[in-house]
Amino acid sequence: MTQRDNQILRIEKLTLYFNSSQGPVQAVDGVDFVLNHNRAVVILGESGCGKSSLAKAILRLLPRNAGTFSGRIYLEGQDIMLLNEEEFRQNIRWASISMVPQAAMNALNPVLRVGDQVAEPAIVHLGVDKTEAIALVKKMFRHVGVPEDFISRYPFELSGGMRQRVAIAMALVTSPILIILDEPTSALDVLTQANIFNVLKRLKKELGISFILITHDIATSSELADDVAIMYAGQIVEVSDAYRFFEKPLHPYAKKLLASVPRLHADKEPEFITGRPPSLINLPEGCRFADRCPSRYEKCVEDPPEIETDGRKVKCWLYS
Amino acid sequence: MVSASQAIDMDKNVNTRKTVLSIDDLHVWFELKRFGFGHAGYVKAVDGVTFDILDSETIAVVGESGCGKSSLMKTILALYKPTKGKIVFNDKDLSELGNKGMHWYHSNVGYVQQDPYGALAPFMSVQKILEEPLIIGGIKNKEDRIQRIHKAMEEVKLTPVNDFLQKYPHMLSGGQQQRVVIARAMIMEPKFLVADEPVSMLDASVRVEILKLLSNLQEKHNLSVIYITHDLSTVSYFSERIFVMYAGNLVEKAKVRQVVDNPLHPYTMALLTGTSEPDAKNAETFKELPPGEPPSLVHPPTGCRFHPRCSKMITGLCELKFPPDFEPEPGHLVACWLYQ
Repeated sequence: MTQRDNQILRIEKLTLYFNSSQGPVQAVDGVDFVLNHNRAVVILGESGCGKSSLAKAILRLLPRNAGTFSGRIYLEGQDIMLLNEEEFRQNIRWASISMVPQAAMNALNPVLRVGDQVAEPAIVHLGVDKTEAIALVKKMFRHVGVPEDFISRYPFELSGGMRQRVAIAMALVTSPILIILDEPTSALDVLTQANIFNVLKRLKKELGISFILITHDIATSSELADDVAIMYAGQIVEVSDAYRFFEKPLHPYAKKLLASVPRLHADKEPEFITGRPPSLINLPEGCRFADRCPSRYEKCVEDPPEIETDGRKVKCWLYS
Repeated sequence: MVSASQAIDMDKNVNTRKTVLSIDDLHVWFELKRFGFGHAGYVKAVDGVTFDILDSETIAVVGESGCGKSSLMKTILALYKPTKGKIVFNDKDLSELGNKGMHWYHSNVGYVQQDPYGALAPFMSVQKILEEPLIIGGIKNKEDRIQRIHKAMEEVKLTPVNDFLQKYPHMLSGGQQQRVVIARAMIMEPKFLVADEPVSMLDASVRVEILKLLSNLQEKHNLSVIYITHDLSTVSYFSERIFVMYAGNLVEKAKVRQVVDNPLHPYTMALLTGTSEPDAKNAETFKELPPGEPPSLVHPPTGCRFHPRCSKMITGLCELKFPPDFEPEPGHLVACWLYQ
């Protein structure tokens, strides 16, 4: 198998701007990354860095004020940016790539039984009848650890953790090859969170699914990550395998971010990053992290190139 | 059985400190009504909680949602009335305070809410938000009020103050909003602060900043603080003792280091297992977690409330008898039959 064949998703120069009265909001600005089969990449970043917009751009779930939308997205070698809306809806969205949106557990329809809600994508995308779809739902419930008899319950009869599992089952029911998870556990308790990650790990192992995990929670992201991509102000500033990243991040922002994580068994005090991320409307020239960066120098007024070292990528002049 | 205050006495460093808040066998039950009037049982949100907080001591109450930690906090803030039990603040029983006494109590207790945006009135400027408690607190002179607002804002580092005074909450970032909430909690110069998940809505890098701010304020003013959280990893930077709460009871009470390095209660162990640290090895292993979910507080399990989920349950004991506090090591209290 060549390197290309192993790629499930390759994104090149993906750009998504939103129109606003003050000018374009550059939420996703020339993002590149590659995801291999049966791997999980974590997109880490703070609120407002554009990570949720990146997820929406991949699935072409664009809000009405979307402006520039360009770049290439290859799904198993096929450029899905060339598809028209109907082809995209039929063959890609939920058929090949599905998503667990942010706060999905609260997005379930309160007046429909959860079984019927989970069955809907199967009926629409796989063309199966209701009985077959319900059989599929039961199978998915087993995968995510929801008791089968919950099928006829309403969302309010389920706990938060169970509702989140139902949302994951809904993303699974069409047997996609890639699932995008947007902050899947941010509103959940510690033990529920750990349980959901156990479920995701099992899905990855047993069904061979790939994941894009979008989160701001660095500690729990390591529960699923094979690769880590750090996003800052609309751009990806570092891509690395999880082992080397959690050992020694390269980009000054990534270093600071990792140092800000409180730990149970460490004496070192966590640090914080002074200043605020720039507004995505008035982005600074050159490196976008420069005014918060402890290691900035004259070079940083120019836009840093993406530098490859040992198979890791970092967008910072320090490594040129 | 050892009471919390006796346990503290054993610790030589703290036995000279005065008790600020003392809670004795506190029960907070909410009545469930059927069709609006028939009695249908109680939600036993807080069910027999006892502890003391000393002068300038920080305590973390850790537990999952629905364990009763918010009800405990709201009862301490005198927003709920206890069903049974006593809360004593500076030697005064809260139930015996009249209107005037409550006024005094509320000006001595600061409250930092969880969601800063929800806690700030969207139609009030920062100045108005901070001025309100001063007006209620009886500071008549406008000049004095402005001066105190400036001082409080400088303390929470909302500087330059004049840039922020006329701003509305939506114009501020999450971290700045939380600073306004903290300034409001501190403006009456309380001796005691209740912080309900003060950083759970904030980004990682801002989270540490706010925790450090709170801990600086605590040291500077010798505040006693109850820090309520579900996130064990932030606790060690901020608290002296941890109370672990499960289904309305405190199951383990000890110093932070004791709990983190040597957890005794099976539920505490599970919480520690569930807490992740950034490490790529995490992705390779499955975590061993207790099955099931926390019980209903209307019909909690008999005996130890954790026994249906506990892997170390002693049959014939745990499901029948409620465990009292045992003290296997000095100052480390645990309500579990494994340590009798």
